[in-house]
Amino acid sequence: MIREITIGQYYDAESVIHRLDPRVKLVATLVYIISIFLVDNPVGYAFVAAFMIVMVGLSGVPVRYIVKGLRPIMIILFITVLFNMLLTPGRVLLSFWKINVTWEGIRIGFTMALRLVLLITGTSLMTLTTTPNNLTDAMERLLRPLTRLHVPVHEIAMMMSIALRFIPILLEETDIIMKAQMARGADFENGDLIKRAKALVPILVPLFISAFRRANDLAMAMEARCYRGGEGRTKMKPLVYARRDYVSYAITWCFLAGCVLIRIFL
Amino acid sequence: MPLSLDHVNCIYATDTNHPVHALDDICLTLEDGQFIGLIGHTGCGKSTLVQHLNGLLKPTSGTITFDGEDIHARDYDRRALRGKVGLVFQYPEHQLFETDVLADVCFGPKNLGLDKDEIEKRAREALLAVGMTEEEFGNSPFELSGGQKRRVAIAGVLAMQPRVLILDEPTAGLDPAGREEILELTAKLHHDNHMTVILVSHSMDDVANYVERLLVMDRGRVKYDDVPKEVFKHVKELEDMGLALPEITYVMRSLKRHRFDVDETTTTIEDACEQIMNLYRMRKAPMDGQNGSSSEEKA
Repeated sequence: MIREITIGQYYDAESVIHRLDPRVKLVATLVYIISIFLVDNPVGYAFVAAFMIVMVGLSGVPVRYIVKGLRPIMIILFITVLFNMLLTPGRVLLSFWKINVTWEGIRIGFTMALRLVLLITGTSLMTLTTTPNNLTDAMERLLRPLTRLHVPVHEIAMMMSIALRFIPILLEETDIIMKAQMARGADFENGDLIKRAKALVPILVPLFISAFRRANDLAMAMEARCYRGGEGRTKMKPLVYARRDYVSYAITWCFLAGCVLIRIFL
Repeated sequence: MPLSLDHVNCIYATDTNHPVHALDDICLTLEDGQFIGLIGHTGCGKSTLVQHLNGLLKPTSGTITFDGEDIHARDYDRRALRGKVGLVFQYPEHQLFETDVLADVCFGPKNLGLDKDEIEKRAREALLAVGMTEEEFGNSPFELSGGQKRRVAIAGVLAMQPRVLILDEPTAGLDPAGREEILELTAKLHHDNHMTVILVSHSMDDVANYVERLLVMDRGRVKYDDVPKEVFKHVKELEDMGLALPEITYVMRSLKRHRFDVDETTTTIEDACEQIMNLYRMRKAPMDGQNGSSSEEKA
């Protein structure tokens, strides 16, 4: 049931993209997002899309996984295209009653849709190939300069990784509690709204208790190991750049330069 | 009529790189009134199997029938089935939620749609059966001790008066006294109410003393299905699966190796005591004092 929900949706595979340092992936994703909004002509979009397709190919993530990530934004895409098509003034292509479909509208609508699709596929490629823990590690490392401004970077990263770690645990717990109450004849599917809301009590009470119990246990375990925050703390697996990471940075900057050139000269 | 499984397969996470074949072509018939032990190493599929028995999980392929009816047929009432096949989860005390003990136990029968008097009657009976006293009925379930909580949780399933009672690792995390209590309780339920009881465990010591039929699971398959004595003959295979024999069987095996005439497949302590005492008496009668010291020690 609940087991099918995947948050963070890491797809485990062996590929170059999976092995890259998470910092590279984070920076590259940012650059990629900027580039989507930088380019403004068909050649530019083709360039960005081609880059995207090559990355998906390298990542070893099945295409249907990426398409699955697009499903929730289908409605937004549809509305974007429709509204732009109908409400943009310009050369009229089709006209019925008071509604005009214009060339400009179609162009803008599809550009927006394309941007959204590229945006979602690019960012989900990052979450599909990077474990949440690696991602928070990278964020901690990249934001480290902010510690000078007394921003508790390590603590924020620690909270993020704990929160992420707890998501699957609590999902599993919910699954077990639901099943256990179903084994006692509970019914979550039938009845009116009030009845269904009431049916949640036997799930929520044990779930809250267990969340607090787990948080307590974790705090105790951390304290037993003398955890005391970020200062002077070293890592078991420090992030170290390899050759492929430098190469990837180079490719990323070249890609950005390419986008800028296309924007200026085409 | 029994509960039976026909070529049941269960595969998790089919759309990822690592599908898990949790149940692999299981064919089983669980007869009425049996006391069955289900044993296996962590992750061998025992919990998955028992969750199929009351229709909480749907097999990827294969059929499960109860009283000859397919429990996944379109119009089959699976909620009623869960009243007949009671499943007590691991750490069942984590599912308590009501403000007092009695109300919590009432949850099950209430869901079966019984009338108010019957609900309360059943809840009281179940609580008394697990050894709770009337004074404790009004307590908050969160103030009880670990063992008591677990007994209340078991009562929550018993109150539905199931014909088949499945307990998933009922002794996990309990101290020896609490363990004994729960095991005695299940044995009593089986004996007094002629309930079919399925006891899931990874400890041979838990099940050896009580069950009449033992299923051993390994990597999603049922490896052995026999009386405990027969199953325990496969020492090597069991150890390879990460399972051990009951302690007492090891004692008897080592006695046998020292050429004492005992049955090395003994699984219960009472049985072992008797054999050793017999041996001792026999030796003592004809030739007094000769070579009796080592068996005396064991006895």
